Amino acid sequence: MICCRDVSVHLGDRLVLDRLDVELQRGGWLSIVGPNGAGKSTLLRYMAGLVPGSGELHLDGRRAGTLGRRERAQLIAYVPQVPIIPDGARVLDYVLLGRTPHIRPLGVEGPRDIAAVHDALARLELVELAEREVASLSGGERQRVLIARALAQGSPLILLDEPTTALDVGHQQQVLELIDDLRRTAELTVVTTTHDLTLAGQYAERLVLLHQGRIVVDGRASDVLTEENLARYYDARVRVVDDGGRPVVIPVRAVPT
Amino acid sequence: MTVAAVTATRPEPALRAARLSPVWVAAGMAAVAAAALAGLVMGPVALSPVAVLRHVGGLRSSLEPQQAAIVDQIRLPRVVLGLLVGSTLSLCGASYQGVFRNPLADPYLLGAAAGAGLGVTIVIVGAAEGATTPALAPLAAFVGALVAVALAFVLGRAGGARSSTASLILAGVAVASFFTALQTYVQQRNQDTIRQVYSWILGRLSTAGWHEVLLLLPYAVFTWVVLLVHRRILDVLAVGDDEASTLGVHARRSRLIVIVVASLGTAAAVSVSGLIAFVGIIVPHTVRLLAGRSHRVVLPLSLMFGGAFLCLADLLARTLSSPAEIPIGVITAFFGAPFFILVLRSSSRAGRTT
Repeated sequence: MICCRDVSVHLGDRLVLDRLDVELQRGGWLSIVGPNGAGKSTLLRYMAGLVPGSGELHLDGRRAGTLGRRERAQLIAYVPQVPIIPDGARVLDYVLLGRTPHIRPLGVEGPRDIAAVHDALARLELVELAEREVASLSGGERQRVLIARALAQGSPLILLDEPTTALDVGHQQQVLELIDDLRRTAELTVVTTTHDLTLAGQYAERLVLLHQGRIVVDGRASDVLTEENLARYYDARVRVVDDGGRPVVIPVRAVPT
Repeated sequence: MTVAAVTATRPEPALRAARLSPVWVAAGMAAVAAAALAGLVMGPVALSPVAVLRHVGGLRSSLEPQQAAIVDQIRLPRVVLGLLVGSTLSLCGASYQGVFRNPLADPYLLGAAAGAGLGVTIVIVGAAEGATTPALAPLAAFVGALVAVALAFVLGRAGGARSSTASLILAGVAVASFFTALQTYVQQRNQDTIRQVYSWILGRLSTAGWHEVLLLLPYAVFTWVVLLVHRRILDVLAVGDDEASTLGVHARRSRLIVIVVASLGTAAAVSVSGLIAFVGIIVPHTVRLLAGRSHRVVLPLSLMFGGAFLCLADLLARTLSSPAEIPIGVITAFFGAPFFILVLRSSSRAGRTT
């Protein structure tokens, strides 16, 4: 569904991504992890077409460079870490923005677009909040609205930049369950970035660990989340405990001497 | 939480996207009609509304020939000019605010009007020396306006990667002062045209017949059409260039089109009416407060209420100290300046989230 070949990205004169290869099949969930500044968000932004880079990007078997903006938006939806919520925007109108790639450039939405918005709102249990202002919602509700917008976009591939960072643990689970449900029922392919390694291991089928712009480990959670890897790349003291096949990462405090 | 199953029968609450309600359209048209009628019947010679309506409608009316001439040659062109200028300035203001995502962006604060002013002054001065012709005024105004807006935008960014409300407006104010200084210099160096330039600067809608209306009309209509078709795009741009671009919108190109066309509209209006400040900020903000924030609502309503507002401001300008005339720019500034403080207060409160 998405395939990066030999991708490098420079921001200014800094090499942020260094010859990456990533591939993800339809219906998969890839979680990009790595320490701060490793290039996680940049990789996501590269996939979304927001930063230029060298190398090849294929979306749904087509070279990204040959796609028009609208075609690309019909294939790939992107939810940034800190989205800009327009002043006074209602949930309904905000989610409707997701239909933009399906509406003629200077036209207005039709009944199909409204139906798609309705669908997205219903799936995320937001119908009751449709008239509320997005800015007035709680963190968990707001994250659902963002996902609804991406869902209304109707793209088979969704990129979410740290979707759970601002949420408490209950809402983190809620949002990740929602994403997983959508992945199964709406056949979405999902790429997320996160700092929460345990949750990443519980939900994503595959993790890539980025370090200084390179993929240093790529595989299942149990392959990636090892004490050795986390010590080496995060410079972190952790214990990794097995919980029914899923690794749980526990930070360990150094014993004061 | 589980994802709600997609049910075959949709739940009942009807979803309505933000769009212009017929009630508001009717209110806007009523405002335009009322302002226009007031502009036609009031003045040094009071006329009967019924008679004026019949006359303008092409029916037999009880107007004396002299009164009919007042309507045809003095008041009607002036009312139409007021509507055109007010609509254009207000629509352009609303568009600038959308495109810069900045509630204080306005043709005047961004320096567009000052740039246009410099352009027109050069044309007026040049015309006296036979170097230019007055017909060049709209073009010179346009060039001046674009240069000024571009400069304000670049300077506003120079302070940091992201242009904030404050830095853009500060840059605009600096650019406006600079262009005003240049304009004053050109004006003072040419004593013979100083009166002409002055009366233009203060803003006036006094017309001799339909000349100014016809000069402005093509630019105004073009500006209206282009800006209005971008109303939904402006809503998309409100989420920022990155997100707009992942939604399939050519964000930079759309922004550029809106800025250039809004500058053209502003310049055309300024070149016939002089500098009339604050219309582009008062009207769109009032509309936003009352009718909603989507550009699909704000742009068309700003167009209508802007026209009505300026028409009424002009009525005040020519009747308050009749037979003398107060420059209309003085009237709009009188209302606009206090209003501006209100906007500043409310937007600095809202500014936390942006």
